Amino acid sequence: MTGRNSQNSNNNYLKYVRALDPPTKHFKNCLAAFGVGGLICTIGQFLRYMLAYAGLSGDELAGAVSVILIFFGCLLTGLGVYDRIGRHAGAGSIVPITGFANSVTSPAIEFKTEGFIYGTAAKMFNVAGAIIVYGVFSGVIVGIIYYFL
Amino acid sequence: MKKGNTLFFKTRPRVRSFAAVCGSKEREGVIGGYADVTLTDDMYGESTYEKAECKMLSNAISLAVEKGRLTDSDIDVMFSGDLLNQIISASFAARDFQFPFLGLYSACSTMSEGMLLAAALCDGGFAENCVAATGSHFASAERQYRYPLELGCTRPPQSQWTVTGAGACVISQDTGDIAITNATLGRVRDWGVTDVNNMGAAMAPAAADTLIRHFNDTNTDPSDYDIIITGDLGALGSRILKDLMWEKSLDISAKHVDCGEIIYKVIEDEFQGGSGAGCSAVVMNSYIFTKMSAGLYKKVLFAATGALLSTVSSGQGESIPCISHAVEFETVPSDC
Amino acid sequence: MPTQEILDILLMYVKAFVVGGAICVIAQIVINITSLTSGKILVFTMLAGVVLTALGLYQPLVDFAGAGATVPISGFGYLLANGAIKGAEKGFFYAVTGSLTAASAGVTAAVVFSLIMSLLFHSKTKRN
Repeated sequence: MTGRNSQNSNNNYLKYVRALDPPTKHFKNCLAAFGVGGLICTIGQFLRYMLAYAGLSGDELAGAVSVILIFFGCLLTGLGVYDRIGRHAGAGSIVPITGFANSVTSPAIEFKTEGFIYGTAAKMFNVAGAIIVYGVFSGVIVGIIYYFL
Repeated sequence: MKKGNTLFFKTRPRVRSFAAVCGSKEREGVIGGYADVTLTDDMYGESTYEKAECKMLSNAISLAVEKGRLTDSDIDVMFSGDLLNQIISASFAARDFQFPFLGLYSACSTMSEGMLLAAALCDGGFAENCVAATGSHFASAERQYRYPLELGCTRPPQSQWTVTGAGACVISQDTGDIAITNATLGRVRDWGVTDVNNMGAAMAPAAADTLIRHFNDTNTDPSDYDIIITGDLGALGSRILKDLMWEKSLDISAKHVDCGEIIYKVIEDEFQGGSGAGCSAVVMNSYIFTKMSAGLYKKVLFAATGALLSTVSSGQGESIPCISHAVEFETVPSDC
Repeated sequence: MPTQEILDILLMYVKAFVVGGAICVIAQIVINITSLTSGKILVFTMLAGVVLTALGLYQPLVDFAGAGATVPISGFGYLLANGAIKGAEKGFFYAVTGSLTAASAGVTAAVVFSLIMSLLFHSKTKRN
């Protein structure tokens, strides 16, 4: 708020509003996050065993596991299931790698109506772009620090 | 005639006809039995949600014109707006019609702003029949103001649900049994709420400001009205409004109804009710006007509330300025 | 298969479940307290993974819990930082490019599958 039109940013009012906030269900939220997050990780572990059994190892194994999980994240998003899981599971479905896949696929599908170049492709990293940007940036910093150490 | 910011209409323009179209979630609620068209598919046979919103609005307008036994050439002007950028639904709906169009943006208070402008034009003798219309769609609003639909995020408990629906009414100089007697123009109020999920708390001060000025200017108090309707404050905002009014020793709790609070059959404890321009438009143009025509409510005060924010302003950390316009309706005995 | 091996595998599942779940619970608590949006929580969890890896604290967790530590997005941070650290041994060029090289599988999968899904599906409106 600027200039002569600024009204009292009414601190008493804001305090009163905050007091009325409906209570967050901490326990229920955390339990759902634990269950769903844990389950996705267990599925990841299962894939690790299966692929290791198929003869993969090291980086190849880790990469294959995440590719498969990302595929299912994308598929469930496309089918309109992932947002329903997310509504109840909260961080339990946001934080696993499938949540990353969801954050890439959901704008890709949503903005399809604006065309495949400026819609789907340009807006695909609407949400997830930040992860790539800060991930690469922090990775470069870590690399440089380790190089000079 | 005017006192304060309240306009008194001496010719008492009438609500000649009204029509509402509502979405599939809304049809299960109280308005389901009153709306003219209820959708089973929120796409409405279109390829995008924006087109569906436009079609709903267009349908509501043509239904209202038809129900008033009018044709396009009888309408002098249409006031309309919606929530999308550059009010595309309203202006795109306007290309279906032969009458002039004046675009409005007042967020969720567009319905009452449209009604009061239409009434003023009729009262001043500049128009015989005006249309006031607005609408909103959950999916298009979600995409513009929040996140892609398929993104798996949680809704905070303060949040509201944008109504899928559109409402339109024809305001005329003398035909109809519901008169618009006066209207209070809203002032933009901003008490510093920055939480975009808590629209009710942001809008309640604007609603309180308008209602208090309305009662002062018209020398009335809440007990003079059969029902006092606010737009889309939701459960939380309604509670704040009652508290704010109570502080000014005005007790509206017995008369107050919030469109957002009543529109859905079940208000789950996860969210606070409906919101969006379509919320008050649908409830007024189906449920309330039908009840007024039937004589169940005689004197009604309608104050829709709008939060005038954009994703840019909230991204820049601005607080949420809000507005509320009030319009007063009275039933006219049929022998007049 | 000897019973000891089966027990080990089962124990690994339990560890993956508990550690993965615990990471999600920490993120959920942060969401509950600060009402951060999903995009921000993803970035912060990933950055936490990068920092912990750089400090040498994440590797033991990965060894302990396997997918429990690599499947959450902090594991993506682990991948990035680990790639950079390994690259730093080979030379400056690899120190800079190592992180994205290591993460290339995930990014490629996300881009390709998302494009395919956008060809196949429309976004659906919600009712609750």
